[in-house]
Amino acid sequence: MRRVVITGAGTINALGHNVPATLAAMREGRCGIGELDIRDVDRLSIRIGGQVKGYEPEAQFNRQQIVLYDRFTQFTLLAAKEAVAQSGLTFSGELALTSGVVLGTAGGGVNTWDENYRAVYEEGKNRVHPFVVPKLMNNAAASHVSMEYGLNGPTFTVATACASSNHAMGQAFWMVRSGLAPVMITGGSESMLCFGGVKAWEGLRVMSKDACRPFSANRNGMVQGEGAGVFVFEDYDHARARGADILAEVAGFCMTSDASDIVMPSAQGAERAMTGALRDARLNREDIGYINAHGTGTAANDKTECAAVAHAFGPHADRLMISSTKSMHGHLIGGTGAVELLACMMALREGVIAPTIGYEEPDPECALDVVPNVAREARVTACLSNAFAFGGLNAVIALKAV
Amino acid sequence: MSDSVQDRVIRIIAEQALIDPAEVTPDATLESLGIDSLGLVESIFVIEEAFDIQVPFNANEPEKSDFDISSVAAIARAVAALVAQQKG
Repeated sequence: MRRVVITGAGTINALGHNVPATLAAMREGRCGIGELDIRDVDRLSIRIGGQVKGYEPEAQFNRQQIVLYDRFTQFTLLAAKEAVAQSGLTFSGELALTSGVVLGTAGGGVNTWDENYRAVYEEGKNRVHPFVVPKLMNNAAASHVSMEYGLNGPTFTVATACASSNHAMGQAFWMVRSGLAPVMITGGSESMLCFGGVKAWEGLRVMSKDACRPFSANRNGMVQGEGAGVFVFEDYDHARARGADILAEVAGFCMTSDASDIVMPSAQGAERAMTGALRDARLNREDIGYINAHGTGTAANDKTECAAVAHAFGPHADRLMISSTKSMHGHLIGGTGAVELLACMMALREGVIAPTIGYEEPDPECALDVVPNVAREARVTACLSNAFAFGGLNAVIALKAV
Repeated sequence: MSDSVQDRVIRIIAEQALIDPAEVTPDATLESLGIDSLGLVESIFVIEEAFDIQVPFNANEPEKSDFDISSVAAIARAVAALVAQQKG
C-alpha cells in the first residue's frame, strides 16, 4: 500500500475564484450567499444561493470551448488548472498513460438541460444545438480534464448526490494507494443554480429563504451553492522524488449505506462512515482535532450528524471542533465535499479553523463546539470531512498533516 | 361543489396513508395515520394542486409556519382559510 498525498488544489465557488481567495473568505467568516441572479427568479419562492459572481466565461474560454462546456465543466476546468499548476506536474509518457480523473457531480450539465428544455417546451423550438448531449452528460467535466492534460488512465464520474465529491475522492485515493495510478485528478463540481435546478429543490420544502445557519437552533434549511473543487492526489514517493510541496496526506476513507430512507439521514450510517475512516487511516479518535461537517442547516441533518459524532467520538466529541462552511459557500451538492476539503487543508496547514457563520442560538441537540461565527487558531494534525447524501450514502475522508 | 374542504382533505390524506377515507377521523394526527415527513410534504403538494393554493410550509420548522398540521381537522381549517385568502 502506498501513501497518498495532495500536491495541488483548485477551486471556484461563491467565496472566491481560487484557493487563496476562498481560504481568505473562510478565515474572515465571510458569507458568499446572496440574492440569485438567474432567469425567472421572480417565479421562485427560494431566491438566495451561493452563486459564483463576477464570472465571465468569455474571459476564460474561447467560443468553441463555450459551446461544449456547460457551466459545471467550466468550473471544473478552472479548478483543475489551478490544482495542476500548483502541483507542478506535467503529464507525459508512462505518467500520462497511468494517471486519470475521478470527479463527482450530482446533476452534471443542469443548466444545459434547463436551457434546452426551455427552448423545446416553452419556446416551441424543434431544433437544439448539436452539442447538447456532450455538454450535459455527467462525465463531460472528467473527460475534458483528461483531454486538457492528456491523462489516459482510469477516468469516470461518480454521482451520489451530496456525497459525490467525497465518493469520487475516495475512489481516487484507493487507486493511488493500491498502486494502480501514480496521480489522480479528483474532486467535483456542480452548477444547478438555474430555474429548474432551484425549483426542484423548492419542492422538498427544506430550503431556507434567508440564510444557512447550521447547528443553530433557529436554522431553517439549506441554501444551494455552485462551483468546483479539484485536487491532485499523488503517490507520496512520487511526490517526494520530484520535490513537490505536499499539502496534506489523504489518510483514510470509508463509505457506508444507511439502507433505510431515501431522504432522512441515519446517525448509525454516519457514525459507521466516520469510525470506518478512522480505522482505515489508522487514527485514534483522539487524533482528530477538526471535522468539516456535512452541516446542511436542515433540522434533520444537523441533529443527526451531531448525534453520530457524539457516539463515534465519545468524550473526545466535546474536545474536537466541528464546523460547517456551507454557511458561507452554500451547499454545492455534488461538488460540496471538494470545496469543503479546503477547510480541512487550511486547518492542517495554517492552523485556522473555518467557522460556522450565521450561528445565533445554541441547540441542545447540536451541543458540540461548532466554531460559531469566528474562525479560530488551533493546532490540528488530523481531521475528517463528512458527506451524507440523500439515498443514505455516506462518505468520509480522513486527512493528516505531513 | 358538493364536497366539503374537509372531505377532500380526508381523501387526499387517506390516499397518502393507503387507507380508506372512512378510517380517517378529523381528530387523527398524520403520525397516527403512518404519514412520515416525506408523506407530509407530498400531501401538501397534492393539497396545493387540488385547491390551487400556495401553502406556506418549511419542513425544517413546521411549528413556525401558519399552516397547522396538528390534526386532519386542523389541516382542513388551514386549507379553507388559505382558499378564502388566496381565491376569495
